[in-house]
Amino acid sequence: MKVAVSSSGESLDSEIDLRFGRASYFLIVETDTLDFEVKPNEQNMDLPQGAGIQAGKTVVNCGVEAIITGNCGPKAYNVLESAGVKVVTGVNGTVKEVLEKFKKGELQYSVSANVEGHWV
Amino acid sequence: MIITVASGKGGTGKTTVAVNLATIAAEKGSVELFDCDVEEPNAHLFVKPQNITKKEVSTMIPSVDIALCNLCQECEKICRFSAINIVAKKIMVFADMCHSCKGCLMVCPTGAISEGARQLGSVLTGYSKQGFKLTWGELRVGEAMSPPLIKKVKDEINNLYNLISIVDAPPGTSCPAITTLRDSDFALLVAEETPFGLNDLTLTVEGLKKLGVPMAIVINRAEESKGIIDDYAEHENIEILGKIPFSKEAAKICSKGLFLVEEMAEIRAIFQKIYQKIYCKIVKTENKGEIK
Amino acid sequence: MRELTIISGKGGTGKTSITASIASLAENRVVIDADVDAANLFLTLEHKLIEKEPFQGGHKARIDIDSCVGCAECLNRCQFDAVFEKLDQDKKPTGKFSIDPISCEGCGVCAHFCPTGAILFERQICGEKYISTTANGPMVHARLGIAEENSGLLVSQLRQRAREIAKKQKIPLIITDGPPGIGCPVIASISNADALLVVTEPTISGMHDMQRVIRLGRQMNAAIYLCINKADLNIEASEKIKEFCNHNKIKFAGEIPFDRAVVESMKMGQSLVTYSPDSEASKAVKLVWKNVVEFMGDLKERLI
Repeated sequence: MKVAVSSSGESLDSEIDLRFGRASYFLIVETDTLDFEVKPNEQNMDLPQGAGIQAGKTVVNCGVEAIITGNCGPKAYNVLESAGVKVVTGVNGTVKEVLEKFKKGELQYSVSANVEGHWV
Repeated sequence: MIITVASGKGGTGKTTVAVNLATIAAEKGSVELFDCDVEEPNAHLFVKPQNITKKEVSTMIPSVDIALCNLCQECEKICRFSAINIVAKKIMVFADMCHSCKGCLMVCPTGAISEGARQLGSVLTGYSKQGFKLTWGELRVGEAMSPPLIKKVKDEINNLYNLISIVDAPPGTSCPAITTLRDSDFALLVAEETPFGLNDLTLTVEGLKKLGVPMAIVINRAEESKGIIDDYAEHENIEILGKIPFSKEAAKICSKGLFLVEEMAEIRAIFQKIYQKIYCKIVKTENKGEIK
Repeated sequence: MRELTIISGKGGTGKTSITASIASLAENRVVIDADVDAANLFLTLEHKLIEKEPFQGGHKARIDIDSCVGCAECLNRCQFDAVFEKLDQDKKPTGKFSIDPISCEGCGVCAHFCPTGAILFERQICGEKYISTTANGPMVHARLGIAEENSGLLVSQLRQRAREIAKKQKIPLIITDGPPGIGCPVIASISNADALLVVTEPTISGMHDMQRVIRLGRQMNAAIYLCINKADLNIEASEKIKEFCNHNKIKFAGEIPFDRAVVESMKMGQSLVTYSPDSEASKAVKLVWKNVVEFMGDLKERLI
């Protein structure tokens, strides 16, 4: 299954980026093989507003089934939900560790945003 | 003539000065009072206006007719604020992100987008017992953008030569304060003699210089014959029109929402002088210094 | 990690003075001055600047006068009255257009429609962000340029930076000195805070404004505590505020008397509890802080 993980670096050993909208990178990972593609998110880092929405669209356009991240605000959640992308929030550790847990079924999908928006 | 009462720092006594000045001005001629601190309007608590009318005001947001939308993404491309988005072949509008630039309406090739509305709050008017009109804005709690509502309040100003409009501005030096102060004929800065007061006064003076609005200072809760504000004003060559002395009695009167000029004769005299000086500065009468 | 934001609705109730004292009482914390367009905390908290970086806000339009053909497309499209006809030295119209940067909303519509590409749309430096050290931990603060926009964005960035510092240095508490009002920088100061301490004063304005900011805080799901500053200026009003708290299930953290020591400490550039630890106001602030710590103990841990 193809998932996106918000990451602070470009490898599977990188720490998860707890931010979704202003994450440094998204790693687009095939969970069976751990093959992955790096999607930089710098165009969203400095947006005056709507970083979560734009990041949501980036992830949706990658065609993933799920996104694994630290915090996801209500607008980003709306975007992901309307495209049928499932959301896992509240994780930490390295991308690899998180994916292990995900594959074992230890992570649960969220049913709503887990933080307020930043307004911006 | 628009006189705006401002200060960088909050709580220096802007509203106190505005309502008392309006009371004095009403005795001399035609005056209207406007409260542009729409996030936290307070003038009506003092004025206790009668015959209140209220109108809801809104700002434009896109309203999409899905039947006409061909998902061309032109609207999404022009929107700088992520307010309109195409996600998985669906169009999503985030109303609270919209800045009402109408870019999406202009670029839509199929006419799928029309003008919708987001509530900003209300504009209210009423009349004081002294007979002057008060107009104020009340921002909807949860609405982030106050400048559009401030503009709606300012739209009610009749800028006539023989009508004095006194405007109570919000604190700070960013968009809400600047939106209020621009187009003013004169700014009356209410300062207090503390390091915070001086710091924020300095910022507001810089802002007014940028806007090209002439200004003068009133010191509130003054305790010193020559304090830090006097030194600053002298250095910047800004006139100090008056000093309202600190007293617990005055603080108590204000805390109850009463008028200083009606309760304390010495403060009434100070406000009369301040008003006379402003009048001479901005309303060029043949007989300078006299108010009929 | 816990986040406490101090707000008031009305300006000048003593938010910043109380924040400075609390920042001096809390032993291990990051403190943020989120009143970015009239920042004062740095004036009353001894600090040493260790880092600064520019704050990039939104974009603004600018017309390259040589490429402008005077078609007025921008003038007709702008919803913010930011476009005006440029005058020459003798104040005669030039037939070309210019943009007032203060009115420009940064929507880019003019640049999109300009037929000659004469409108540049550039990101603006709108201020500066700072990190300083103080006796009890880091201070994150900023200066927003005068008449600049995006104060909400700047506040969000300061809070993000403070969280990074807190995480790295294992600091358990972030205290934010919020701006007055209920608009965008206030919303940015409150969002995702665990608790709000509302500092009000016993005046008709203070009571009115605190109710609006409490409504906002409730919308944003923060725990709400309240204290009254200058409580003895109007004892009847102070009693009314306490009743309000009781009635609305807001935890009451205490009342602080009017005390000249507050202004004296400000003039000395120190917090009240540092400058005058035995003054009546100091004792009262210490009690307020003790109560807030106790209240926050009841909060369920939030994952940040």
